[in-house]
Amino acid sequence: MTNVNPQIPVKIVVAGGFAVGKSTFVASVSDIDPLTTEAAMTKVSEGVDDLGDATKKRSTTVAMDFGRVGLSSELVLYLFGTPGQDRFHFMWDELVRGAIGAVVLVDTGRLDQCFPAVDYMEQAGVPFVVAINAFDGVLRHHPDDVRDALDVPVHVPVVVTDARHRAAVRDTLVGLVRHAMTVAAAV
Amino acid sequence: MSDHASGETAFRVRPYLLTGGRTRSTVDLPMEALVRTTPEGHAALAAAGLERHRIMSLCVDQQSVAEVSAHLKIHLQVARVLVGDLIDEGLVAVQTANNQPSQRPDLQLLERVLDGLQAL
Repeated sequence: MTNVNPQIPVKIVVAGGFAVGKSTFVASVSDIDPLTTEAAMTKVSEGVDDLGDATKKRSTTVAMDFGRVGLSSELVLYLFGTPGQDRFHFMWDELVRGAIGAVVLVDTGRLDQCFPAVDYMEQAGVPFVVAINAFDGVLRHHPDDVRDALDVPVHVPVVVTDARHRAAVRDTLVGLVRHAMTVAAAV
Repeated sequence: MSDHASGETAFRVRPYLLTGGRTRSTVDLPMEALVRTTPEGHAALAAAGLERHRIMSLCVDQQSVAEVSAHLKIHLQVARVLVGDLIDEGLVAVQTANNQPSQRPDLQLLERVLDGLQAL
């Protein structure tokens, strides 16, 4: 091997409803222009057993945006933005596998859109933080109100972020990693 | 020369023809797994078929499976199968966070991630 410095990959999932700013969030810290990968839903997707309906035999393609952040000479972080709709849960299984955790992005104007992501992460036991994306610096709801509305457990951090700003995104990721450390230490 | 990706029409065929109809890799490859072309891969590059050639050329600089998928514009699972073959043949090597891809990073690794993020 010519590997001078084999890097270790780690992964964080960015989930949330449609157009809540997932791609913007990823782009704000990514070293590369975010890329898109596609996964087909039939045949190639593992764990899809309920496609008996012949009308669903045709392949559905789900696109994921992702970015890469070099953390050190030894560590590279991948951020995957995931489609938030219920029907793509099969893909979340794959996405959260081995992940540090997830950032569930929330637009307080459309709180209900992040319910599936919050439910999923909670049930799957994935460490996650709820990050309220304050567009234009406007925070329409207090984090405590969002926590109540989403019925997020006390130990799950609810933070305010701004997907457009690198520092805010970094701080959100730091918050998630700290939370994941608390979860890991408690096991 | 690979028999399934040697012509200009390679991009027009259905994705699973590239993988000989297989939908699973023999290796468990997370989408963030890092792939790097080995010296054996370098040596085999000139004779490699189109898709394999593109993957090995790309992975001279370490890339994740997801990046291979994105750059080659092939489905993630197809990229997995093709990369899996190259791993089996020793033409690329793979690096993951730990030996069991389903495991979450341990505290030690999380601390390193935290340090890296705070330095951004």
